[in-house]
Amino acid sequence: MSEDTIKEITDFSGYKGVWVFAEQRDERLKNVGLELLSVGRRLADKLREELVAVLLGHKVEELADELSAYGADKVILVENELLKRYTVDAYVKALAELSLKYKPSILLIGGTLKGRELAPRLAARLGTGITSDCTDFDIDEEGYLVQIKPFGKLMAEILCRTRPQMATAKPNIFKKLEQDRSRKAAVIREEVKISPEEIHTKVIKVIEVTNNPYENIENAERIVAGGRGLGSKENFKLIYELADVVGAAVAGTRSVVDRGWLSANQQVGQSGKTVAPKLYIAVGISGGAYHTVGMQNSEVIVAINKDPNAPILQMATYGVVGDLFKIVPLLIEKLKRIQR
Amino acid sequence: MVPSKSLKIVVCIKQVPAVPDMKIDPATHTLVREGVPSILNPWDKIGVEEGIRLREKYGGEVTVITMGPPQAKEAVLECLAMGADKGIILSDSTFAGADTIATAYTLSMQIKKMIYDIIICGRLAMDAETGHVGPHLAELLGIPQICYVKRVDVDIDRERVIAHREVEEGVEIVEAPLPVLLTVMKGLNEPRLPTLKGVIGSRRKEIRVINSSELGGDMSKYGLKGSPTSMKKVFPPPLRKPKMILQGDPKEVVESLVQVLLREK
Ligand SMILES: Cc1cc2nc3c(=O)[nH]c(=O)nc-3n(C[C@H](O)[C@H](O)[C@H](O)COP(=O)(O)OP(=O)(O)OC[C@H]3O[C@@H](n4cnc5c(N)ncnc54)[C@H](O)[C@@H]3O)c2cc1C
Ligand SMILES: Nc1ncnc2c1ncn2[C@@H]1O[C@H](COP(=O)(O)O)[C@@H](O)[C@H]1O
Repeated sequence: MSEDTIKEITDFSGYKGVWVFAEQRDERLKNVGLELLSVGRRLADKLREELVAVLLGHKVEELADELSAYGADKVILVENELLKRYTVDAYVKALAELSLKYKPSILLIGGTLKGRELAPRLAARLGTGITSDCTDFDIDEEGYLVQIKPFGKLMAEILCRTRPQMATAKPNIFKKLEQDRSRKAAVIREEVKISPEEIHTKVIKVIEVTNNPYENIENAERIVAGGRGLGSKENFKLIYELADVVGAAVAGTRSVVDRGWLSANQQVGQSGKTVAPKLYIAVGISGGAYHTVGMQNSEVIVAINKDPNAPILQMATYGVVGDLFKIVPLLIEKLKRIQR
Repeated sequence: MVPSKSLKIVVCIKQVPAVPDMKIDPATHTLVREGVPSILNPWDKIGVEEGIRLREKYGGEVTVITMGPPQAKEAVLECLAMGADKGIILSDSTFAGADTIATAYTLSMQIKKMIYDIIICGRLAMDAETGHVGPHLAELLGIPQICYVKRVDVDIDRERVIAHREVEEGVEIVEAPLPVLLTVMKGLNEPRLPTLKGVIGSRRKEIRVINSSELGGDMSKYGLKGSPTSMKKVFPPPLRKPKMILQGDPKEVVESLVQVLLREK
């Protein structure tokens, strides 16, 4: 579709403001909401509109300070016992009513599992479009939200011709702003009427799993990641050994997760997690775009690959060309010696 | 909906390109599907398997439905060979170029005409990996959704589904009344392979192909025209410039690597 047809029916004058959904659990904010406030800030400044954080929960008023410290101009707060614990029915209802009342132009939602089921249901209720897993945003000359995400081996720019323009983005894609505790956002309290009968999908029980520290890759400062170059599940013991000496979590590509060499929550990339550690060591990974979108914001990237043309070597801070089965054992030995 | 003691199950399936890194047509900015082998989206295969297992346990009927080009029939036949009872293909040039909203609208127009207790979608489709269609569809049909399902039980007498679903903090056990839409995760089951008997039997099963005029509905909501989102352009991803490439004797390479890493912190 050509650009003029994308934008054919366009009186959006009633729609203003950039909204970020501030997901919380147990009265603690998820990082992804704070991260989205940083990109939201940039978009709102470019549009000269307000940046609004939407906070749903029960007894969560204090969190408004944190949202303003991270960039929100305004916090819309809905407190209700039925919003204490997330349910898709109650949360969609609250967000839909607020959106219909205030008509935001842009609505960003963190791509957590909950965000990823909530956002598309909300979009359908509002009769608007939605783009998943964006890795960047911009505003074009006409004030449209440019939604950027990987597509095949390329990046795509997607526009939406309905309002609000909705998108999700994964955790760790954007960097939080520096906290500024002197900022004070206006807090607007809203009521949303929800009755227990409207919550059709009821939570009976939650079985919490404590993550194996190797698998806690979203919060790790260092990560050692392995790819298909490892050749077998057994050979991953090399990766775990390196992770132990470096003090790192263990991650991998989809190819290795599909083969059952690592568990699904260790997958980095488009259909896995996004990470941005201080150090990312990629071993036997080719560097397909679907993998690299998940780790390209890492501060230092070390890649070990025997193929000098592997794309991962193009993006690494330090690219090592060589056989991982020679390099990694030497590296482990050397690091152990230094630590002694 | 007529209360039933057996289950009417609808599984939404999609044929996707088999290759992991697909091509994009530079002119239309849509996926190039010609000449690319297609498979049944792996999550949908899990959906079909679960539908069949539920039918085996509680009785009833499994209908698979897809919106797609005529060759989507291959994917439907595969599901029938596995054991699904009927197939529906929504196929019309008007449906082409749909984004997830337009796709869900199209599916909803057909499903609204049917009697159903459980609708099953994949957690994602392998081509664009949005996972939007399930929740969109549940909303358009006005029924509850349970996403990321790893286990399903049905309480037939109370007409409720009890499911285990994955969330960040672990597993949530949830309950919802029928009719309900589920999106299914890998690991829910191990899909069966079609048997020879299944394959032969599948040829006698009913496959309906429905076009836009038979489907009815609001024509402006179908396909490219009905899609709120569209792709404006594509461009190559930005490359990070490498700072240093190390190669040669492994011992020396490791030596230099450790040196530079120590300097980094
Ligand atoms: C829609 C979609 C979503 C996707 N999502 C993801 C995702 O979330 N995450 C993800 O990772 N991928 C994803 N992929 C797949 C992705 O495109 C790549 O196919 C995948 O990342 C490649 O994994 P790999 O690097 O482990 O394997 P390969 O591409 O096979 O690379 C193995 C590398 O190891 C090197 N090697 C082999 N032996 C040695 C040795 N002895 N020493 C040193 N080097 C060696 C080889 O030179 C090669 O470069 C997705 C694909 C699609 C289509
Ligand atoms: N064209 C389609 N026809 C039928 N079902 C679909 C279609 N597209 C998506 N789905 C269903 O929605 C799920 C999620 O797809 P997606 O939102 O494209 O990631 C798939 O696993 C299917 O169950």
